[in-house]
Amino acid sequence: MESNKYLQDLCDIRTMMQKSTRFISLSGLSGILAGIYALTGAAIAYLLVTNSPRSYLILDGYIFRLVLLDLFLVAFLSAATAIFLTTRKAKKNGEKIWDSASRRLIINFLIPMVTGGLYILIVLNQQKYGQTGALMLIFYGLALVNASKYSLGDIRYLGYTEIALGLICAMLPGYGFWFWCIGFGVMHIIYGLIMYYKYDKA
Amino acid sequence: MGIINNINKAFDHRVRLGIMSVLMVNEHADFRALKELLDVTDGNLASHAKALEQAGYISVQKQFIGKKPNTKYVVTTTGKTAFKKHLDALEKLINRNQ
Repeated sequence: MESNKYLQDLCDIRTMMQKSTRFISLSGLSGILAGIYALTGAAIAYLLVTNSPRSYLILDGYIFRLVLLDLFLVAFLSAATAIFLTTRKAKKNGEKIWDSASRRLIINFLIPMVTGGLYILIVLNQQKYGQTGALMLIFYGLALVNASKYSLGDIRYLGYTEIALGLICAMLPGYGFWFWCIGFGVMHIIYGLIMYYKYDKA
Repeated sequence: MGIINNINKAFDHRVRLGIMSVLMVNEHADFRALKELLDVTDGNLASHAKALEQAGYISVQKQFIGKKPNTKYVVTTTGKTAFKKHLDALEKLINRNQ
């Protein structure tokens, strides 16, 4: 009997330590959807660019603006879906959506993310476009690794994958688009599926 | 019993165990956050926090954020050591009884 009580104590300690530091209601389904949005967005961008009279991109051009809008829509839809599905899952788990754990998760995710975003904008302004895909992958990967300490540990591996893809991409100029599709599209779907079967289903 | 097996009576309650667990892995926690995490009433949390404070295991920092009073709890070095000992003791007891 005594032993059971102490075992329960240890369980409580573990739960409290985890609950107060990690936000675990991330939805796997939102990862799958983000991947699908990314692939759809990429397909649209591909069609826009290949169907344009010029075969190359110029900044400030009409097509370029459309591609930017497309990219923005993908990011916006992914974020909105993630917030919606995660809120729903948190409610089901009885977890608070906005507490110190989720705040920490967001802040730690956003630091590398915003740094990377600004850096890419600066580089783009200096007319260096070649590394954009690689930079997006690398900074997104770093953001995931940084955030993984405050959430499900699994997203750390997605982070490593994105960083590796980004570095390979940096070495192969000209293939940025395809690496972007693998990193943001295919990888999100694969990891989303893994997390979906591991956590959402259970 | 307490003296023989190192079980610390100060931690022998769900709420106190909870407060210590949260503070072990967070730099600090404020009253409201603890209350929500542990799902207890104000009075209940206050009295258990007081007990831990009197034992010297946690320290309390009262301050104002704007006009709102804010109570922040931090685990002391003594508290950390004591809690680790308590955890070791729990582990040993469970291993022995299995």
